[in-house]
Amino acid sequence: MSLILLIEQVLSGLQFGVMLFLMAAGLTLIFGVMGLINLAHGSLYMVGAFAAAAVAGWTGSFALALVAALAAAAAAGALVELLVIRRLYERDHLDQVLATFALILIFSEGTRWLFGSFPLFLDVPAALAGPVMLPGGILYPLYRLVIIGVGLLVALGLFWLIAKTRIGVQIRAGEADREMIAALGVDISKLYTLVFALGAALAGLAGALVGAIQSVQVGMGEPVLILAFVVIVIGGIGSIKGALVGSLLVGLTDTLGGVLLPPLLGIFMQASSATSVGSAVASMAIYILMVGVLLFKPSGLFGGT
Amino acid sequence: MKLKSLIAAASIAALSAGMAYAEAHGGKVKVGMITTLSGGGAGLGLDVRDGFVLAAKGNENLELVIEDDQRKPDIAVQLADKLIQSEKVDVMTGIIWSNLAMAVVPAVTAQGKFYLSPNAGPSALAGKGCSPFYFNVAWQNDAFYEASGSWASENGIEKVFLMAPNYPAGTDGMTGFKRTFTGEVVDEVYTKLGQTDYAAEIAQIRASDADTVYFFLPGGMGISFMKQYAGSGVDKKVMGPAFSFDQGILGAIGDAALGVKNTSHWSKDIDNEANKKFVADFQAEYGRLPSLYAAQGYDTALLLQSAMGKADVKDAAAFQAALEEADFASVRGAFAFAPNHHPIQDIYMREVVKEGDIVTNKIIGVAASNHQDVYGADCKM
Repeated sequence: MSLILLIEQVLSGLQFGVMLFLMAAGLTLIFGVMGLINLAHGSLYMVGAFAAAAVAGWTGSFALALVAALAAAAAAGALVELLVIRRLYERDHLDQVLATFALILIFSEGTRWLFGSFPLFLDVPAALAGPVMLPGGILYPLYRLVIIGVGLLVALGLFWLIAKTRIGVQIRAGEADREMIAALGVDISKLYTLVFALGAALAGLAGALVGAIQSVQVGMGEPVLILAFVVIVIGGIGSIKGALVGSLLVGLTDTLGGVLLPPLLGIFMQASSATSVGSAVASMAIYILMVGVLLFKPSGLFGGT
Repeated sequence: MKLKSLIAAASIAALSAGMAYAEAHGGKVKVGMITTLSGGGAGLGLDVRDGFVLAAKGNENLELVIEDDQRKPDIAVQLADKLIQSEKVDVMTGIIWSNLAMAVVPAVTAQGKFYLSPNAGPSALAGKGCSPFYFNVAWQNDAFYEASGSWASENGIEKVFLMAPNYPAGTDGMTGFKRTFTGEVVDEVYTKLGQTDYAAEIAQIRASDADTVYFFLPGGMGISFMKQYAGSGVDKKVMGPAFSFDQGILGAIGDAALGVKNTSHWSKDIDNEANKKFVADFQAEYGRLPSLYAAQGYDTALLLQSAMGKADVKDAAAFQAALEEADFASVRGAFAFAPNHHPIQDIYMREVVKEGDIVTNKIIGVAASNHQDVYGADCKM
């Protein structure tokens, strides 16, 4: 295992983590502020990717595609909040899970109805295609570096929004005591729609960014959704800071686990069985991480007590 | 989501084929098709269905009931029970995935119903678990891999990097490749099923001294890998079985797939009358290029209709003998059944090329001629 390979893997882990953060930030905000478990968050990720692929196909512009992804996902989020989610806040979590699971099915079949069953084409823009040479002779895809940059920028923006703006104050207050801020004259239902649309837009952005290097297909959101839930459980439910740290931890564990475990196990056992055992353990690595964190911090790294 | 359609093809134009069968034997055949029409992998089921329906068009004696298994074994089993017990079908077909086939096929054949596999070919059903009622019209699962292994050995490929998802079809495929490959396997990586990010594996490929990457990543996994591989700047050659490069997938990968070599028993440029007609008819009917899955569905319906012309499905022994003859003009050219009811056929090497604006496959040679699976020796029927 050379140092260059290791650095490359760390970069990939960071990129994966940053992408997870875009998903987990929305999920944790929605759970923290509204107390809602939203299984349909992965569908909003898919909406973003499909909107981007469609617009990139029509116009050929990746920038327009990103704008379309943000707009489509935010609009879908706001619409879903107004039509369905609004009725669920006072219900218990089981009802929320059932209703949002139904939304997954509706979104999936709706997307299939609109775009067909075959995966869509969405490519990295020509200006960002190909690898770049980093200091130390590391050849790394430029687009992945851009994803890391965009993700970190969004994280900074989100911290600024929550910590410094009036809306941020309202969001934090809503998390702490929703009756009280309603009594203080804040239009709580408008705030909820806004938070939901914001979370949806972040998921849509993640879908569009990742769709360019992965497959844009129906059902693409659900595997990411599961990881995003792992992230917010590790980070502490409702905490943006927790979502960031959790995402990076999960991203790095998942990437490095797959690369480091097989050779590490090779020290103790035969090469062929080390490969199979290593791959098996690597796919469990993030869940083992989650169990480990929950053993010592049952409410997550940055969760309230 | 549950899709049920009865196609009692009653078109007036359909005089020739169907009517002739009716006069000869008067036997109608009811076919139950269980295939994947929703969820991940629905594109494969749609192609099999469309290919089958195209070939059966106008045959009034063939009644087709289509059900969606959603790629879930438990649902497939329920549907099979329903089709046999309440719909009283004579023949079943349609299943795409090996795990679903293993759950359904033994029960179907045990009840004395014929099963014609248009896609999955698990080794258990080719060897010890073979049945007089089971016919595989597609391939035994190892076929494309064994053919790739021999082609690679004969074409100067010395060091390969193997990659597949960590599940039975993935590990079996790589075993098939190693069975016929004489060069050196530098490394083998088994990834998570459904993995979408391959940065770590691509870094390992870059660091290895392999000259060729051989991978099997079906569906979205292959799309993700090829796009990321093209962006990484690694320039090792890429090979795989056709499953990662069929027509439904190439459109989503785009130019990143150009130059990739892949093995298949079918390609749209195989030069025979049946295939030309199939490709033209399929495009005219559905407005897209057919995939190998569509070709398999089409051949399955041709095989069934050839047997219907020779025997009544109620006479199981005669119908089995009629199926064994495989007396139909396959879009693949020469086609015959081995004693274990699996195909003997040529496997071609194809290359991904661009024709105008469309990324598609072109045959560059035969990878294995008259290929037959190795499991038939264990089959006693």
